[in-house]
Amino acid sequence: MKEADFRDNETLELFRKQGGNILVTTLDAVMDWGRSNSIWPLTFATSCCGIEMMATGAARHDFSRFGIEVYRASPRQADMIVVAGTIVNKMAPVLKRLYDQMSDPKYVIAMGACAVSGGPFFYNTYHVIRGVDHVIPVDVYVPGCPPRPEALLYGVMQLQRKIKLESLTDPRKTQNLK
Amino acid sequence: MKEVVNLPVKKIEEEEYHINMGPQHPSTHGVLRLVVSLQGEIVKSLKPHCGYIHRGIEKMCEKDTYPQIIHLTDRMDYLSAHINNHAVCLLVEKALEVDVPERVIYIRTIVDELNRIASHQLWWCSFGMDMGGLTCFFYGLRDREKILDIFEESFGSRLLHSYYTPGGLMMDIHPNFQKEVKNFIQYFRKKIKDYDDILTGNIIMQERTKGIGVLSREDAISYGVTGPSGRASGFSCDVRKRHPYALYDKVDFREILGTEGDTFTRYMMRMHEMRESMKIIEQLIDNIPAGDYSAKMKAVIKLPAGEYYQRVEAARGELGVYVVSDGSKTPYRMKFRSPNFSNLSVLDHISRGVKIADLVAIGGSLDYVIPDIDR
Repeated sequence: MKEADFRDNETLELFRKQGGNILVTTLDAVMDWGRSNSIWPLTFATSCCGIEMMATGAARHDFSRFGIEVYRASPRQADMIVVAGTIVNKMAPVLKRLYDQMSDPKYVIAMGACAVSGGPFFYNTYHVIRGVDHVIPVDVYVPGCPPRPEALLYGVMQLQRKIKLESLTDPRKTQNLK
Repeated sequence: MKEVVNLPVKKIEEEEYHINMGPQHPSTHGVLRLVVSLQGEIVKSLKPHCGYIHRGIEKMCEKDTYPQIIHLTDRMDYLSAHINNHAVCLLVEKALEVDVPERVIYIRTIVDELNRIASHQLWWCSFGMDMGGLTCFFYGLRDREKILDIFEESFGSRLLHSYYTPGGLMMDIHPNFQKEVKNFIQYFRKKIKDYDDILTGNIIMQERTKGIGVLSREDAISYGVTGPSGRASGFSCDVRKRHPYALYDKVDFREILGTEGDTFTRYMMRMHEMRESMKIIEQLIDNIPAGDYSAKMKAVIKLPAGEYYQRVEAARGELGVYVVSDGSKTPYRMKFRSPNFSNLSVLDHISRGVKIADLVAIGGSLDYVIPDIDR
């Protein structure tokens, strides 16, 4: 297995511990701290998972404890897109366009079985995208049908860990992975 | 020198132009695309485009057995998941002439009404949010979590439960169920007053909804608008009263009818319905008889050849299930008459001539769930 094939947060954090340039790493730490604690999601939901996403944002589970402060209705203001629900063939170009309209750095969470793999609509169907990663790159997969709000929160925390490994010189890739 | 040509220039106010509302728009509650034809700020006409979440549930049902279909109906109108299940279960039980235990009927009625309250609470959140009141979102979902707790304790999941099976229930209710439901009713009776204080009495909300998007009774009938939206126009269409199923012919509740048919009346219908649902639950919760939670069913359910139809009152209107069976374990054809599809069809009719901001309010008051429209 090559170094670049390791995608899990645990290994990546190990790699990062190997050190780097003091100037760059200090800057990185500040930048990552800011980025990971102010991820603004796009108001985007296609079906049932959207309700659980709303529940995550509401009073009991409270997304904003983790800095996922406000849902933005415009993709141009959003950092993260939570693909909540089934993506069908007709919707896929729209989703791609939404993703393209978001400004960098941008992240994707595939929420629910439909977005992860097609879910209950995997078999005997002619219209469902079997996993949203056929259309846009996905950072974190949250399984469940629908996932509990706690599961989405956990997924968001994993995304934050992932963002904390980013480097200024090499965005979207971890340090020391040259 | 060049000659100045006077081209015929249209005035901007007269020009009609089209904008796309959706598929990604926070007020369409999903991925509905409305092509709105505007003249200035006034909506001239409107064309809904469906299919952005078409999952082919009807077609998939043809490959699935009846107990499997239950799981697909959950995902149609996910906010009234139990009620969708109920329709299919009733249909299978009617076709096979199964005697369902009394306990099951009681539990189903209570759970249906709880589901209706939860659905209306979420509608209230999103309607408030459409009107610009974010407080509603937090208040409504706070109370909805209480119902979800009850669901989770008894059925093991929060949103999509697949709790009903043909012939009965998946499992028995939790011993705490009755106590928790009674606590909830007590709690929510107080809290629903807050709802009125925050939104119903709000002058901005009233100004924006009264007299907007008026649907007459004749139009409601001819478009087939059912549920609270139809009843707001005076169309007496409550399936629970007209074609009683479960225990609805034995409990005492009112079918609330409006007269105005505007956005505000549609709003008030749902507020009243939450109170009526609580009344139904209170009558039943102490009287759940002991007994089995499921009738004895064969391992493989085969419906006799023929056509079957069953309707129930979902949170948004009349849900009909139509099955053509050829005697095998899967249906030959399955058709859902979803309430949201008919309710959406009236949107063009009632939103002509309103401002585009009012279109959001009208859409919110019709309370559509997009996966139920596209299926």
